[in-house]
Amino acid sequence: MQVLAVDDSRTMRDMVRLTLTGAGIDAHLAEDGVHGLEVLDEMTPPDAIITDINMPRMDGFGFIDAVRSQEKYRGIPILVLTTESADDMKTRARQAGATGWIVKPFDPQKLVKALKMVAG
Amino acid sequence: MSDPMAEIKASFFIECDELLESLQDGLQLMDEGEADSETVNVVFRAVHSIKGGAGAFGLDDLVKFAHRFETAMDDVRSDKLEATHDVLKLFFQCGDILADLVREARENEPHDPSRTAQVLTEIDSLLGSSAEDEDEEEVEFQPMTLSLDLPGIDADPIPASEPSYTIVFEPENELYSLGNEPLFLLRALRELGDMHVTCETKSLPDLDQLSAEIGTMIWTIQLTTSEGEAAIKEVFDFVDGICRLEITENSPAMASLLPDLDLAPDLAPELPPLPMPAAAENPSVETPFVAPEKSSPPSPPATDAKPAQATPSQDTKPAPKASGAATAPRATVRVDLHRIDRLVNLVGEIVINQAMLTQSVEEAGLPPNSTVRTGLEEFLQLTRDIQESVMMIRAQPVKSLFQRMGRIVRESSADIGKDVRLKTEGENTEVDKTVIERLADPLTHMIRNAVDHGLESNAEREASGKSAAGNVHLTAMHRSGRVVIEVSDDGAGINREKVHQIAVEKGLVPPELQLTDTEIDNLLFLPGFSTAKEVSNLSGRGVGMDVVRSAIQALGGRISITSERGKGTTFSISLPLTLAVLDGMIISVAKETLVVPLNSILETLTLTPSDLLEFGPETHVVNIRNTFVPLLDLGAELGYREPLSDYSGTVVLLIMQEDGSRAAVVVDAIEDQRQVVIKGLQDSYGRVPGIAAATILGDGKIALILDPVDLITQSSGRTRPMSNLEKIAG
Repeated sequence: MQVLAVDDSRTMRDMVRLTLTGAGIDAHLAEDGVHGLEVLDEMTPPDAIITDINMPRMDGFGFIDAVRSQEKYRGIPILVLTTESADDMKTRARQAGATGWIVKPFDPQKLVKALKMVAG
Repeated sequence: MSDPMAEIKASFFIECDELLESLQDGLQLMDEGEADSETVNVVFRAVHSIKGGAGAFGLDDLVKFAHRFETAMDDVRSDKLEATHDVLKLFFQCGDILADLVREARENEPHDPSRTAQVLTEIDSLLGSSAEDEDEEEVEFQPMTLSLDLPGIDADPIPASEPSYTIVFEPENELYSLGNEPLFLLRALRELGDMHVTCETKSLPDLDQLSAEIGTMIWTIQLTTSEGEAAIKEVFDFVDGICRLEITENSPAMASLLPDLDLAPDLAPELPPLPMPAAAENPSVETPFVAPEKSSPPSPPATDAKPAQATPSQDTKPAPKASGAATAPRATVRVDLHRIDRLVNLVGEIVINQAMLTQSVEEAGLPPNSTVRTGLEEFLQLTRDIQESVMMIRAQPVKSLFQRMGRIVRESSADIGKDVRLKTEGENTEVDKTVIERLADPLTHMIRNAVDHGLESNAEREASGKSAAGNVHLTAMHRSGRVVIEVSDDGAGINREKVHQIAVEKGLVPPELQLTDTEIDNLLFLPGFSTAKEVSNLSGRGVGMDVVRSAIQALGGRISITSERGKGTTFSISLPLTLAVLDGMIISVAKETLVVPLNSILETLTLTPSDLLEFGPETHVVNIRNTFVPLLDLGAELGYREPLSDYSGTVVLLIMQEDGSRAAVVVDAIEDQRQVVIKGLQDSYGRVPGIAAATILGDGKIALILDPVDLITQSSGRTRPMSNLEKIAG
């Protein structure tokens, strides 16, 4: 499995990378939405995308919007990774076009489980 | 690789430093009223990211504080709270505490809650709520571990007595458009227990009319599991609300009927292939089933029929011009400092080698336009470029240092009840890493001095027609191959009468001696000098400007003062860009070649008989513009030769000592003035009095680099302190 993870925090990227590689998943990393789109264009379409919400240059909402607007990436499941655990997170994620959400700091097992849920 | 979590934690703290830096920058901009909404976002994100990372490592104190700070920032971000000067003052304090908490977490130091508590109370009153009020909202932070023992994929055989459930699952169109895949959900369900699936495909259209994003199938699942209904709901967590989901626990009687209902055992993996996006890409596919769903995106869209909001990514959110560049990701590599030092050393070798080569070419007497000479010219240029580039690797912007000073100003001005604004300039000026580290203490002291002594009290300022709040400027710039750092205040300036009076009272200068303004200003650098009427909390800690000056000199730097009565005082530090090379004067004494650091030499002169005055056996003084300066014979001092009988006609270097006194050092000749590469001697020889280091000259010979000040201090018998001599002279 191949996953693109977008987060402006290096710590978070490291953790996601470690979690994914530990579960035998190929991790591609990007630092913000703009970078995420660049990385996405350079790789074979990933099986899933994980993205942070609060990011410089282009936030998670803008990023998901931009991904979903491209036909070839339409069906890629996207998980939102965020510290916002408020109830409206679900609504917000859905509005943004995300498939699912993970609350930071994430439980690695849950992240892998969620990935399996959306990307097999 | 060592423990991956420890590594990530280390990198988290590095990231924290960067985040704290952008936090300070942002707050500064906000305070100056130059912030746009992105600046506020940057500040918010900085706090937010620190909280996020801290949560992962179970740093509870940090998380709790960052959370409150973040909440306050969020209110500013959403315009619920106005970022007034007072609010920002509190935010600056929050930033300081956040930095403290980060440091404490890194060093494993215990946390003192008293200071945090006070600021938290202030935040609470600002927000009109307290942390307790909102603990529901608070993220439940569990330190995370990276063990990846996933639950077994192959479920154990299920005992017959386990409860079973009937699940009806009918996806809505939105479920597909958001990228969900029923197959994966069914697989996840299967991991919970034994499962039988039937699929209602009555409304499934013909293959050529199939759409990836139209829900046309209904699944009915019989699941036997001990995990409970919650576990089943968890599987459908992401699709809750965008599908019809009915979960009913079967009665035992019904469960017993199950085998009869077993229509398609273990059907899940053999489900009819779900329509994949690839199918929708085929432009020839038309679907008559487009339900007029509000959230349904246009199915098989013609390429020119994209929704308006589907603009190219770059346009969705243009980076704000002010902060965009600053927030762009930095491409950096972390390198072990030892490796860089090795590189610096090697470059030093190249510089030496190149000098030797140049000398050989000179001696070979080749014509100026020979290929060897032109080739050498190019080599020279390249060497210089390499040297500069390598030095740049060790260079860091002074920003981190300046930001620490911001805190010093905030804390010291609060301590003595003055309003002080710090303005920094040239924060991106780069200086050698070691220089930055060793500059922190002297700079801290100078800043404290400026706040404590330099600036008047608020009332005094207003009385003299100035703004009540004092200003301290901290500036860094490159000037002729050196770095100049200035600390200036717009205070009362140096009260020269008082400084002179104190110096006389303390016996530092003879009362009858006439001093120029500059000389009086320089009295501040004398050991033990302090003009503070009472020892305040800040200055007067027994550390004077003399210590500041020796610290600066140890870095190969110089410090000077300019002051204007009523307008303020400026301290200016001039530093070499690097500690690896030095501007030196090449001199010779008794056929030995030596290097004297250029920054220690005030001036050079040739003595005339009338300049000289013999004062007892082997004790000479030189009359330099009516001041008597002791004479030091370098050749004799180093044991190269006997003292000369007559010093008239010799060349002397006028050296400034740390206490402001001067000495004239006799040398035989001045050969050259150039950059030399510093080679430490301490590893091989320990500390040699009067000798700072060594270097290798163009001819391959080793030359010692003198520490003239140390040399003069060592030479007890031949020189006397200036004050004594001046007393005699006066």
